[in-house]
Amino acid sequence: MSQPLHMSMAKPKTKSRAQAKMPRAARAAAQSSNLYEGMVPQARLKDKDTYRHIVSLLVDNEAGVLARVIGMIAGRGYNIESLTVSEVDRELHLSRINLATLGTHQIIEQLKAQLGRLVPVHVVRDLTDEGPSVARELALVKVAGVGDKRVEALRIGDIFRANVVDSGTKSFVFEVVGNTDKVDAFIDLMKPLGLVEVSRTGVAAIARGAAGIDKASAEK
Amino acid sequence: MAGKALTAERQGASPDDGPFVGARILLMALEEQGVEVVFGYPGGAVLPIYDELFKQNRIRHVLVRHEQGAVHAAEGYARSTGKVGCVLVTSGPGATNTVTGLTDALLDSIPLVCLTGQVPTHLIGNDAFQEADTVGITRPCTKHNYLVKDVNLLAQVVHEAFYVARSGRPGPVVVDLPKDVCMAMGHYTTAPRGNLRNQHKTYRPKTKPDAAAVAHAVALMAAAKKPVFYTGGGVINSGPKASALLRELVELTGFPITSTLMGLGAYPAAGAQWLGMLGMHGTYEANLAMHGCDLLINIGARFDDRVTGNLKYFSPGSKKIHVDIDASSINKNIIVDIGIVGDCAAVLEEVLALWKAHPRKPDSKTLRVWWRQIADWRGRDCLHYEQRGKLIKPQYAIQRLYELTKKREPYITTEVGQHQMWAAQYFRFEQPNHWMTSGGLGTMGYGLPAAIGVQMAHRDSLVIDIAGEASILMNIQELSTAVQHHLPVKVFIINNKYMGMVRQWQELLHGGRYSESYSAALPDFVKLAEAFGCAGLRVSDPAKVDDTIRKMIAIDRPVICDVVVDQKENCFPMIPSGKAHNEMILGSREKAGKAITGGGLALV
Ligand SMILES: Cc1ncc(C[n+]2csc(CCOP(=O)(O)OP(=O)(O)O)c2C)c(N)n1
Repeated sequence: MSQPLHMSMAKPKTKSRAQAKMPRAARAAAQSSNLYEGMVPQARLKDKDTYRHIVSLLVDNEAGVLARVIGMIAGRGYNIESLTVSEVDRELHLSRINLATLGTHQIIEQLKAQLGRLVPVHVVRDLTDEGPSVARELALVKVAGVGDKRVEALRIGDIFRANVVDSGTKSFVFEVVGNTDKVDAFIDLMKPLGLVEVSRTGVAAIARGAAGIDKASAEK
Repeated sequence: MAGKALTAERQGASPDDGPFVGARILLMALEEQGVEVVFGYPGGAVLPIYDELFKQNRIRHVLVRHEQGAVHAAEGYARSTGKVGCVLVTSGPGATNTVTGLTDALLDSIPLVCLTGQVPTHLIGNDAFQEADTVGITRPCTKHNYLVKDVNLLAQVVHEAFYVARSGRPGPVVVDLPKDVCMAMGHYTTAPRGNLRNQHKTYRPKTKPDAAAVAHAVALMAAAKKPVFYTGGGVINSGPKASALLRELVELTGFPITSTLMGLGAYPAAGAQWLGMLGMHGTYEANLAMHGCDLLINIGARFDDRVTGNLKYFSPGSKKIHVDIDASSINKNIIVDIGIVGDCAAVLEEVLALWKAHPRKPDSKTLRVWWRQIADWRGRDCLHYEQRGKLIKPQYAIQRLYELTKKREPYITTEVGQHQMWAAQYFRFEQPNHWMTSGGLGTMGYGLPAAIGVQMAHRDSLVIDIAGEASILMNIQELSTAVQHHLPVKVFIINNKYMGMVRQWQELLHGGRYSESYSAALPDFVKLAEAFGCAGLRVSDPAKVDDTIRKMIAIDRPVICDVVVDQKENCFPMIPSGKAHNEMILGSREKAGKAITGGGLALV
């Protein structure tokens, strides 16, 4: 952004009515090089690096809404690492969808805007961008082995505070909860110890602090 | 389906809200939404609806000959009136036949409600006769769609469908209606009055722009040395007020203006500041102004690839302002300096107010330098052609059509191909809503049904489909619709016996290997017209073009006018795929084949 021409540079003697009506915020914005709200800086959009974002949506829990979201994502070729969906308000029929996605800032902005235009989508929040948030997922990890490997698996399970939810003489099922990195790390450590299979929930995420995601929904 | 909230709210329920049979409820809702015409085709799943149609005479039904035609007709109706077009088709093949039309309307942002029959609720999912997963199939080609499972929600869903179709960025909405729902007894719900906010729980597109963004934009405009307006279909969609405001702003600023194919008519072609259309087949002056400007003001256009050419070299030295009602259009193809989300009319209103109050205006001397540069470019006379010899030049035919009909302010539709681009170049539009062409999807077969839709809305106006001989055959059956409903549309075929646009690309890019692009075994269009009960005319002598056009417009019936033209003519100027605006080819003398290299060949 270059410095926009200042409105005050040539001072008119009298203000016309239209100018008098010009909101103060608008005048202030025109006079500074600050970006207005919702404007994404160009440098950010031109950044070619990819980032992982968690985007949360509040949607009408109606037939086809998931297909609509997924179809749009597939049709436009976005990259989705994980997607979770569940009803969060039975009375208002609202579901929350959490997406973990990889892309440049420009692509993520596009993805959010595309999600925002789907009719049953009420709120789109970028939990990675808009302040601190917490993200968790749960994985069930089956490990089969005997002897030292079995002991080692249990020991690592302890370190990761994984619960053993099924156990046989030759296998365990661990339940591990944490952010994606922690779950990934646990699974990696289990590989040499007889990892059989993994079932993951995908990411559930929420912003820190008192404000709720649906606070803004009234404005949309 | 629209959730429990709808039943709970059921606002506006009145003592006379039923019970009625579902099909009746549907028609009551259509009527309340102001529907006067439905374009449709019957079948088993919609028989209850056709039965109700039979019993009333407030809503007119136009029987088409193919469901694709119904959708294009509704598009023509919508685009020429600004209203929501309405379509009614049966389940299965009826619904699948609408897919091209729906996609067309989606890409061109045309408000439609398409009612599709469906097998009874209990058979859904059973592979019943004429069952298709209509909501599944149409999900990616509609703005939104519904399957109605409860007759008591029917009216509310229809109201909502109309609201969604016309609000924000307009688009097609499908309402899938199982036969049992149309036959069940239920209650009618009137549309919430006055306050549109109640028509969908939460869908509230932003129409008012951010004041700070507008102020920023005006500040850039005031500082511009080489500005250009680049406007699009959004201005037309926004309504006549947006066009009026645009004209005022263009006049006040003294900036030049160009427009996309979709936006023609928003600013009058006769206006002094008009540069002509931009893009792949745009004028030299428009494209060079885009390339050389220092401020590009995009109002209601979407930086489509037909307009930008190679993104890398697109308008390299400019600051860019982008006004669009759809936030996802901003920064999608081109990263801009100022994105303004809002309805064109609302934004233009605020820009105008600020502009009038703005103490500092661009230096008129600097602007004059810019205009002198533009005058230079105009001097190339890029649309020049010569009508010589015994063959009619297609450009000449269209130019004469324009000259001889302009007094009647005709509505023009087109098919897709060279003739479409020549129509955009040589027909001049002074008003919005008079130009209907398939821009985004480029659907051959659009023009004739669209013309029928336009003529339904404007019974006394002159409606002309400028067609190619290949395209017209894609929905030729609709001539029968025109005859049945006494719609005197004129089909003006630029007959070059080739899929001209395909031939042109083959000539320029594929070594003149005209693979399958010759229109072999063409029908005799005059006899074909007569067989349908239309009038048929043919002209191949340049000296007789005027007379033939006069004859055509004097006939108060549908007419096919077969204009036999030079088969070799190419459409110029042309920006070859993968090239920049300043690498335009002006005429066949230049070797386009050499100009297009590498990646450009792979582009469409
Ligand atoms: C439904 C459809 N099929 C194929 C195409 C590809 N296409 C674009 S232009 C064109 C040729 C059109 O020929 P004609 O209607 O004779 O018009 P002309 O270019 O000769 O003016 C074709 C085949 C298309 N746009 N739409």
